[in-house]
Amino acid sequence: MTEVWITIAGLTATTMALKAAGPLIVGGRELPERALAVIALLAPALLTALVLTGTFTEDGELTLDPRAAGLGCAAVAALMRAPLLAIVLVAAVGTAAVRAVT
Amino acid sequence: MTRLAPYRAGLKAGVGFGLAALLLGVSFGVLAEPLMGPVAPVVMSAVLFSGAAQFGSTAVLAAGGDAVTAIAAGTMLNARFLPMGVAAAPALRGSPLRRAVEGQAVVDASWALAVQHDGGFDRELLIGATIPQYPAWVAGTVIGVLGGGALGDPAALGLDALFPAFFLGLLAAELGRPRALAVALLGGAIALALTPVLPPGLPVLLASAASLIGLLGER
Repeated sequence: MTEVWITIAGLTATTMALKAAGPLIVGGRELPERALAVIALLAPALLTALVLTGTFTEDGELTLDPRAAGLGCAAVAALMRAPLLAIVLVAAVGTAAVRAVT
Repeated sequence: MTRLAPYRAGLKAGVGFGLAALLLGVSFGVLAEPLMGPVAPVVMSAVLFSGAAQFGSTAVLAAGGDAVTAIAAGTMLNARFLPMGVAAAPALRGSPLRRAVEGQAVVDASWALAVQHDGGFDRELLIGATIPQYPAWVAGTVIGVLGGGALGDPAALGLDALFPAFFLGLLAAELGRPRALAVALLGGAIALALTPVLPPGLPVLLASAASLIGLLGER
């Protein structure tokens, strides 16, 4: 249990520091044009990485399991411009359904 | 009322994010309660407020890892907040301390909403959209901790798919940007290729290199 509380305290400290670092280092300075061009494309790169590692990895290894089916269902919902809550729910239902039959 | 007006667009979007965050919070509470008991997951959500780090570090502890390993894993999972904070920095206001505090409002959904097509950043969208997500995340955790026993096996309910689906929903809103699809494919390929060789979190951070496509000049 001590490990849990140490983890909570330590991670809160490192996460706050990571979020504070950019604002402290850059301050109010305008970023150069080239940096802005990169920043404008940062979100699709990071979000895709989070989607794929969250779906196709387990304990640091690549894996294929029913979460992939759930993500497929969620992708269809996203293409139909469903709200975020619906996209998330569809992923759970799709994953649960495939797990139930395999 | 007028002081709140600039935040209204962010707050409105934040309600939608918050509903999804509530559900994610439930799944975190359900998964964490057997390991941590009822209080620690709620405290963790209240002070850390970061799904990636919370799910990641809990998985390490559940597998028998110690606190140092769990902190390292969670910190790497959150390393993306470094470039994200740089992107947000010029838009934040006030003294260095106040900027550092405002920077805590950076969470994935709000940040992705607040980055503009030209790489600029909307401070009010960021803060407005984060405000509804915080109570939703904490309340969801409370519900998950209290109701987890009644729900049964979280895997059977597909709760482990909620988290990547949340990011998929955020990604869908980004793909309209010029060159976003190419960057997404490259970033995803980098993350998957590096997954077998690097600790969790670092492949995500390094996937941000795909955004360097932005340097290739105007189309």
